[in-house]
Amino acid sequence: MTYTFLQNYWWVLVSLLGGLLVALMFVQGANVQLINPRLDQMRKRMVLNASGRKWELTFTTLVTFGGAFFASFPLFYSTSFGGAYWVWVLLLITFVFQAVSYEFAYKKKNLLGSKFFRLALAANGVLAPFLVGTAVGTFFTGSDFYVNKDAIADASSPVISTWGSGWHGLEALGQGHAVLLGLTLVTLTTILGALYLIKAVDDHSFRKKMRKVVRIVAIPFLVLFLTWFAILLFKNGYAVEADGSVSIERSKYLQNFLQTPAVMFLVMAGVTLLVTGLHFGALTKSHRKGFWCAFAGTVLVVIAVFFLAGFNGTAYYPSNTHLQSSLTIRNSSSSYFTLKVMFWVSLIIPFVVAYIAYAWYKMDRHGITDREIEKTTHKY
Amino acid sequence: MDLVTWSRLQFAMTAAYHWLFVPLTLGLALIMAIMETLYVVKKDDFWRKAAQFWIKVFAINFAVGIATGIILEFEFGTNWSNYSWFVGDMFGAPLAIEGILAFFMEATFFAVMFFGWNKVSKRFHLASTWLTGIGATISAYWILVANGWMQNPVGTTFNPDTVRSEMASAQAFWEVVTNPVAVSKFFHSVTSGWMTGGVFVVAVSGWYLLKGREKVFAKKSMLIGALVGLAGSALVMLSGDSSGVHATEFQPMKLAAAEGLEDGGRRAPFSLVPGVEIPGMLSILATHDLDGYVPGINDILNGYTDNDGNVIPSVAEKMARGRKALDDLAAYRDLREEFPDSAAVFRAALEENVQYMGYGHLEKPEDVVPPVGMVYWAFRFMVGLGMLLALMLLLATLFAWKDKLEGKKWFFIFALICIPLVYICGQCGWIVAEVGRQPWTIQGLLPVNVAISSLSAGAVKTTFFLFLAIFALFLVIEIRIMLGAIKKGPQISEE
Repeated sequence: MTYTFLQNYWWVLVSLLGGLLVALMFVQGANVQLINPRLDQMRKRMVLNASGRKWELTFTTLVTFGGAFFASFPLFYSTSFGGAYWVWVLLLITFVFQAVSYEFAYKKKNLLGSKFFRLALAANGVLAPFLVGTAVGTFFTGSDFYVNKDAIADASSPVISTWGSGWHGLEALGQGHAVLLGLTLVTLTTILGALYLIKAVDDHSFRKKMRKVVRIVAIPFLVLFLTWFAILLFKNGYAVEADGSVSIERSKYLQNFLQTPAVMFLVMAGVTLLVTGLHFGALTKSHRKGFWCAFAGTVLVVIAVFFLAGFNGTAYYPSNTHLQSSLTIRNSSSSYFTLKVMFWVSLIIPFVVAYIAYAWYKMDRHGITDREIEKTTHKY
Repeated sequence: MDLVTWSRLQFAMTAAYHWLFVPLTLGLALIMAIMETLYVVKKDDFWRKAAQFWIKVFAINFAVGIATGIILEFEFGTNWSNYSWFVGDMFGAPLAIEGILAFFMEATFFAVMFFGWNKVSKRFHLASTWLTGIGATISAYWILVANGWMQNPVGTTFNPDTVRSEMASAQAFWEVVTNPVAVSKFFHSVTSGWMTGGVFVVAVSGWYLLKGREKVFAKKSMLIGALVGLAGSALVMLSGDSSGVHATEFQPMKLAAAEGLEDGGRRAPFSLVPGVEIPGMLSILATHDLDGYVPGINDILNGYTDNDGNVIPSVAEKMARGRKALDDLAAYRDLREEFPDSAAVFRAALEENVQYMGYGHLEKPEDVVPPVGMVYWAFRFMVGLGMLLALMLLLATLFAWKDKLEGKKWFFIFALICIPLVYICGQCGWIVAEVGRQPWTIQGLLPVNVAISSLSAGAVKTTFFLFLAIFALFLVIEIRIMLGAIKKGPQISEE
């Protein structure tokens, strides 16, 4: 195994984890329904219990995504997390509230009332995909940072990665293209959440309402996604030359798209699956498999987005402050031996996916009913 | 206060808060798994209800533990940016492996355990309960591999081209995984979790007996809790002994601070409290040899010869060599592209002193001395409370085993008092381990003042108070809900 192979392998794995994370944010999308005025208290409780059986998977994928990035591309971890401080802190806070809200929401003596925790879950449902989407959006718009590895020898100012903007990440909210991706993710996860609830909750009128949600949100989602993607293809990109230097190149991402058949295939297959999922969810009366189509489609499209950002000689985390500080797969990765050891560890992932799939299958054979919520004591 | 202090405070607060929830998770996981096993083996519905009650308590505790765990992971990047780059190559791998091997196991099977009573078979449910606990334990192992590496950084080499510590070889990973400090810390931490779980279950059971409620449930729970806690206590002592020996070998300043030992030597005394000493005992505990040499704070500052005959330089000399290493590093990086031959000379010079490079960032030799008073007293409280808790668990085992619990009001109150004590004991252990290794994030390689992110002190101060408010709120709610669940009880009929 060469170093280049291992670096590429880990970019593929990080892309896969990114794809799974976005798709698993159906949990966040489902929780948006907790503030849907057309749902009564029982239906909201059913939503909470349906997403509550899966939230730890999303949470764990986020943690593993962060851990994998830390282990395989530590310069991204140190630069982005230490620099875009407020974005990551805000994201953390929404997830921290999410983690406790399930357990606290319907418990007596929860001090703040169940409405507060439902609102916290809904806030996480909107903010988490928005912040993740905007953060990933900066992979294409660039951020304000400077990397100077010589700094470690300077006792007065030893920090290697410094952020150029005093807003520490919040300045991304001023980058229209990045924000567009954030909004795209909010609509996408809302759709995924509604499709999941159609599958997980056994209630005819509720499903009807969720199909309506899919129909309403599908239009802004398609407009946002297609606009973001069209701008991406024709905007300037950040090319890595043979000597490792970075330069601005016209329509770089369009070139990446056209020159990489795998990306073209992933985008086309992903979009087809997503549209099929939308069709099953929005335009049929009894079809419940739309979730899986849209889930798979989301994973494929997000992988393609990561490939566009990092492969084909592209800087995946560009610096607008100092172009040569931009992060590439080559200059930001871990050492050969670390990537090699983790390559062997990663071979266990199919086994992990298999037991998750088995447990999911066993737990979800029957949809959640209002009777179950009324009778069982094992619920949120 | 400056940025370094606020960054340290924020991380310390998050870690300490996280450590309030983890031990109970580890301990209760074992206890409820034993109870559910009894249900499946004996086919006695009593044990199902008993296990369900403790699982309910476990779930309340588990949520806050998870919430604080993610903050810790992200804070490595947000607040310790230089650290993340400098050691990401070594430290990131265990963290990623923890996610892949442990977190998914916990997450998947927790959902089955909590929601799956009527959805999956008895055996699959039992397996899920065990796997939730095993997942938590595997998670503890990998995070302690990472932590153990910070205390004893094995298998690494500094690369001046990338300016970071890198894995020296593929085999070096096994050195990291089997690092003796990590192995000791794992057993010490996990078994202290069993002890915490045991104390908690014994005390809650005692409260029911004090109130004259849930008698059968309380007696049976108390026996299992006491046995698990007692086993935990014994293993905590054993692993604590090896932790002491490792501290002498790899972190002598931590041991000297924990003992308040200014001047060491052979037949070093163990300080019970200031002014009360047991002659020779420290040498026995730290080296397993009455004549073993234990360096004191002044010995470490001024240089000494260790038990293997190695001459350890003074801190002043290490600092001088560290500064030389930093100068050579700067010169190497300055020249390497245009004048590779000259650069090679500086690189060779760097190799001679690279092991002391971290010392080059210190301002004065005394910087290597951690807060002695805090570490000294934390160690005494940890050991003293640990013994008291072990005594309580021993009594609980005897009383429950012989069915002599009736009328032991004094014991039930004693057990209840032990709940806050077991948490204080755990926090003291954390203080000894983490405050005792200051000023190092990575022992000898990277001091805290070089590990930070480029942020304003005000920004970290703001998030410190933000997290403090959130943690305080969650703690109050968690305690209220848990007390509510305990007051309600398992409601098992006792004909």
